[in-house]
Amino acid sequence: MFRSQFFGLIVLAVILVVLPFVLPNNFYLDLAIRMLINACIVLGLNLLIGFAGQISLGHAGFVGIGAYASAVLTTHYSWSPLGAMLAGALAAGVLAALVARPIFKLKGHYLAMATLGLGIIISIIVRNEAALTGGPDGMPVAALALFSFEISGEKQWYWVVSGILLFSLWASLNLIDSPFGRALRALHGSEVAAQVVGVDVAKYKLAIFVLSAVFASLMGSVTAHYVGFVTPNVADFFHSIELVTMVVIGGMASIYGSVIGAVLLTALPQALAGFEGWETVVFGSILMFCMIFMPKGLVPTLAAKFGRR
Amino acid sequence: MALLEVSNLSKIFGGVRAVQNVSFAVEAGIVYSVIGPNGAGKTTLFNLITGIYTPSEGQIRLDGRDIAGVAPHELARFGMARTFQNLQVCMNMTALENVMVGAHLRLDRNLFKGALRLPGIARRDALLRAEAAELMRLVGLEAFIDAHADAMPYGALKRLEIARALAAKPRVLFLDEPAAGLNPTETSEVDSLIRKVADSGVTVVLVEHDMKMVMNISDQILVLDYGKKLAEGTAAEVRRNPDVIAAYLGTHQ
Ligand SMILES: Nc1ncnc2c1ncn2[C@@H]1O[C@H](COP(=O)(O)OP(=O)(O)OP(=O)(O)O)[C@@H](O)[C@H]1O
Ligand SMILES: [Mg+2]
Repeated sequence: MFRSQFFGLIVLAVILVVLPFVLPNNFYLDLAIRMLINACIVLGLNLLIGFAGQISLGHAGFVGIGAYASAVLTTHYSWSPLGAMLAGALAAGVLAALVARPIFKLKGHYLAMATLGLGIIISIIVRNEAALTGGPDGMPVAALALFSFEISGEKQWYWVVSGILLFSLWASLNLIDSPFGRALRALHGSEVAAQVVGVDVAKYKLAIFVLSAVFASLMGSVTAHYVGFVTPNVADFFHSIELVTMVVIGGMASIYGSVIGAVLLTALPQALAGFEGWETVVFGSILMFCMIFMPKGLVPTLAAKFGRR
Repeated sequence: MALLEVSNLSKIFGGVRAVQNVSFAVEAGIVYSVIGPNGAGKTTLFNLITGIYTPSEGQIRLDGRDIAGVAPHELARFGMARTFQNLQVCMNMTALENVMVGAHLRLDRNLFKGALRLPGIARRDALLRAEAAELMRLVGLEAFIDAHADAMPYGALKRLEIARALAAKPRVLFLDEPAAGLNPTETSEVDSLIRKVADSGVTVVLVEHDMKMVMNISDQILVLDYGKKLAEGTAAEVRRNPDVIAAYLGTHQ
């Protein structure tokens, strides 16, 4: 089973290498980069939602922390981009660790509400601290310079983000098939069964929440530097929902589903641009039909259809 | 000193006294059975001892150490393992992975080592895979070694739980109705499996309604009724006990 999963990694790597040479122009390359960034965030979120079975409706808050840490610290305090990025990741991780204990005592709808609240608080802070963040208008972000090397232009960004995604996919595939990952999936399957074999359930929920928050924050920083501008939308409720939708459409507890979900839902609004004002309605309808006919998500449904798990 | 000592244990749910003032001791290496009519408090007793519930009153000692109210994942460290009357199989995993989870505490569970698949982790996991397959053969599940848990029938899942519990290499194993819902062939397989486990030195505490199995296999039997201890002794002693006969034939109330 896991052999074939690593085979997928090679296929994806080949696609990623060929893609820039067949894409007609930078508009598509930009779209591809945004797909890949989303795929990374969604992958981290899927570890939490799909594998550990813990919902987070406030994950964009962590993306926002990274994006604004990079923007604010480099602009107002002249931090190096790398330092700002790590500071954001640390802040996201500490915040996630602090709220994890109380929040994961909750289950189901209550957990959803609590994480929703967390995300909303972060987005309100970003919106209100206008002196630092530019408020609703957002603020510009300097280019990403690592030591003396500056990443610029779609081509370079594309390779960087592709590398991050491939590495994250590889690490995630390893993780879910490791003792840590099996414990995580076990507590999803039966919390009490996991406990009696020795899994400290609270500790594992905390660990995966912190991991996915830190990863979301890092990718938030990457987004900020790539786009060169941040607005509070990056941290808001709709972005959180969008991320969860990508997890669900691609397939819960499906590593490659995370990629497919992110790719489709990033591309769909572009593809629907012709519907003039009705995009949202068509978008919503497509999601509804997906859920009605493929409640398990695209990748698991197709995998089952073709006799593989 | 007995391996497990329970004294004056009680659990009250709202108005229901599920376990009342129960005391008993389990010597290491024996098969100790707990029987009693439906609702007698057998599962509640298991849940108290394995840390799922906190006792309302009383002490539980394992090797003389007070373990009342200690969390289940801590108790696992002391060599406790169990199965559940209502199945607790992880349906999001394969059968083999379910068994592998049982070995949780014996593995290096570091997140980063796992994510990078360091050679040590990969090697240990390969060994564990073989070990888990061996356990599945032991419990009679060789046909399901490559199966996903959600594709297995009820009787197989019950035995999968036993394999998972054994993967922990426990010192004391709690089995809550391992033969419930099994056909006679499967029941006799579980019967001989429990013997094999007990012979390997694991202390077995068993809740079971199948009287033939209980009478055959048990060194000691505890009888509960309405949460109270009704009798304790060997199979022969319990069978002769007038209170037990009355409770099972329903002449009191
Ligand atoms: N979590 C709970 N909350 C409230 N009441 C409970 C709870 N668990 C058990 N009870 C009650 O405690 C009593 C004993 O239940 P328990 O499940 O321990 O019986 P049992 O001997 O295992 O029965 P069975 O043979 O049917 O499995 C019953 O009256 C039951 O309704
Ligand atoms: Mg019971």
